[in-house]
Amino acid sequence: MSETRIVRISDDALARALGADALAAAFANKGVEVHRTSSWGMQWLEPLVEIEGMGFGPATLDDVDAILAGTSSKAIGEIVEHPFIARQQRLTFSRAGQTRPTNLDDYEETGGWAGLRRARQIGSEAIIEEVLASGLRGRGGAGFPAGIKWKTVAGAAGPQKYIVCNADEGDSGTFADRMVMEGDPYALIEGMAIAGEAVGADQGYIYCRSEYPDSIRKLTEALKLCEGIIAPFRCEVRTGAGAYVCGEETSLLNSLEGKRGEVRAKPPLPALEGLFGKPTVVNNVLTLSAVPHILAEGGAAHYGALGMDRSKGTMPIQLAGNIKHGGLFETAFGITLRELIYDIGGGTESGRPVKAVQVGGPLGAYIHPDQFDIRFDYEEYTVADALIGHGGITVFDDTADMGQMARFAMEFCAAESCGKCTPCRIGSIRGVELIDRIRAGGRKADAVEVLPVMHNASKKGRLPEQDIGLLTDLCETMKFGSLCALGGFTPYPVMSALKNWPEDFMPESEKVLDRNDA
Amino acid sequence: MSTKEQRVAEIVAEHAGREGPMLPILHDIQHEFGCVDGEAERVIAGALNLSRADVHGVVSFYHDFHEKADPRPEVQICRAEACKARGVENLMAGAKQAAGERVKLSTVYCLGLCSAGPSARVGDTLHARLDAAALAKVIENA
Repeated sequence: MSETRIVRISDDALARALGADALAAAFANKGVEVHRTSSWGMQWLEPLVEIEGMGFGPATLDDVDAILAGTSSKAIGEIVEHPFIARQQRLTFSRAGQTRPTNLDDYEETGGWAGLRRARQIGSEAIIEEVLASGLRGRGGAGFPAGIKWKTVAGAAGPQKYIVCNADEGDSGTFADRMVMEGDPYALIEGMAIAGEAVGADQGYIYCRSEYPDSIRKLTEALKLCEGIIAPFRCEVRTGAGAYVCGEETSLLNSLEGKRGEVRAKPPLPALEGLFGKPTVVNNVLTLSAVPHILAEGGAAHYGALGMDRSKGTMPIQLAGNIKHGGLFETAFGITLRELIYDIGGGTESGRPVKAVQVGGPLGAYIHPDQFDIRFDYEEYTVADALIGHGGITVFDDTADMGQMARFAMEFCAAESCGKCTPCRIGSIRGVELIDRIRAGGRKADAVEVLPVMHNASKKGRLPEQDIGLLTDLCETMKFGSLCALGGFTPYPVMSALKNWPEDFMPESEKVLDRNDA
Repeated sequence: MSTKEQRVAEIVAEHAGREGPMLPILHDIQHEFGCVDGEAERVIAGALNLSRADVHGVVSFYHDFHEKADPRPEVQICRAEACKARGVENLMAGAKQAAGERVKLSTVYCLGLCSAGPSARVGDTLHARLDAAALAKVIENA
């Protein structure tokens, strides 16, 4: 090998979990220059090796020689031409796969800090105008317009305000925040600095979950390196402590303050009384990372022209679970589930038929293949009693037991409930018990119910149908009576599973009978 | 003052002047001692001008903090939806067998490797695309 060739291998947590570090060391031993870049998001091909634009994956140590010789059977051709990449509209992930995450030169050369520079020139009011014009909505799940939130904080009185980044990405099936933090940390920091400029805040906090050690390490490193660029804005990473509910904004604020991560009642809105009682912008990683693009020259108009109806711009969609081509797919709103799962995702990895898809994490509805024409859009999902959430899509094949998954939703809610409100704290426990009883074929009257003094109690126990009625009631109570989305949305996976796959709630013995009949 | 109390007081002092120092303090103590016990809680409470009940309330709220240290190595296995869809539940019996009494197995809800499950974490090292044999190996090496 005479000339130095550059080999690019991602140092994203997923690539590292699949042996990218050892692979990078093996290439370095062969005398080539290895650049550790962010991930392209084609996760089924990780660890993906890139040489002069050509990709090879999933690569193992045994492939090193063949890749360097250009004879490897793992070749996938030119990466940017790959259909998975070519079909995307990448704005938030425009640097994915192409830059070294904490390298300031790489960031600057790819348009970094242009948004912040312009923001400082045009000033608070104009920044908020542009964010409003872009139609950017909160990407954490609720979809609240970011510009309106910023305007509220900017208008609030007080010398001390905060920008808080919600990086407590606890939903299973989502990893876009993690990929931004590990792959393009400066984009997030720049977005926060712009938000600070817009509302008059000089202190930011990134609340990152402890399950993401790589993200914490990279953000800490990046913040140190760009300290002088974002000044006078200051920013600090804070590590969560394994509580799922801290992804809820008020619970996150309590946690940042050093308290139990219990949900606060709203109002007061965090925009007016947030962290330490001061006006606070709380935005998701993806929301803040979309901001530098919007603030660049002409960015707001470009962003607002994408998408459909009131869902503007692009959404980084995460394809996960039992899917052949899993990874990150950023595209304008409006794409159907069918396209995402079959055309782009290639169906299930196991090769079996798709049974269900959960969109929006553990609190999202299970969607039946009959509904796969639904388009990715906040309002369209709301009408279908489902939610986009953070844009995670988890695919299940026909071996999935949806009764078991509904039970897990309740179990998860019980384990992660903050305990503040009754419907969530107790309802989730009762929900697990009810689903168990339904699946056991109802229950007999218990010792107390058969006592002669219990005049009103049924002496016959309860049939599964009656318990299903009770479960439906319980879900209504949780939905409308819970303080936050944890208790309020747990009914979505439960009720959608019950509605679409009632046979999975039948007792084991009856299921066997059914199969025999068929 | 015992050496442990002294060390806890030092850790608390390192975070003096920070806004909301509780969680960073607890993380450091958990990291150093493997737990945040009553003794540590008392020192923190004194330094932050809180009651011990306040501190204990925080410690007991979060899954990451433990009241007692466990000397065994720990392997965290993700058992959230995406890993379930990829068959993690079928690996659990074998994992328990491989762990025996020597290794502590715990459940984590999502490591963010959702298209490449089942996945596990040992310390700060992550493992993905695990099958029964690979998971047993991770547990053995823990």
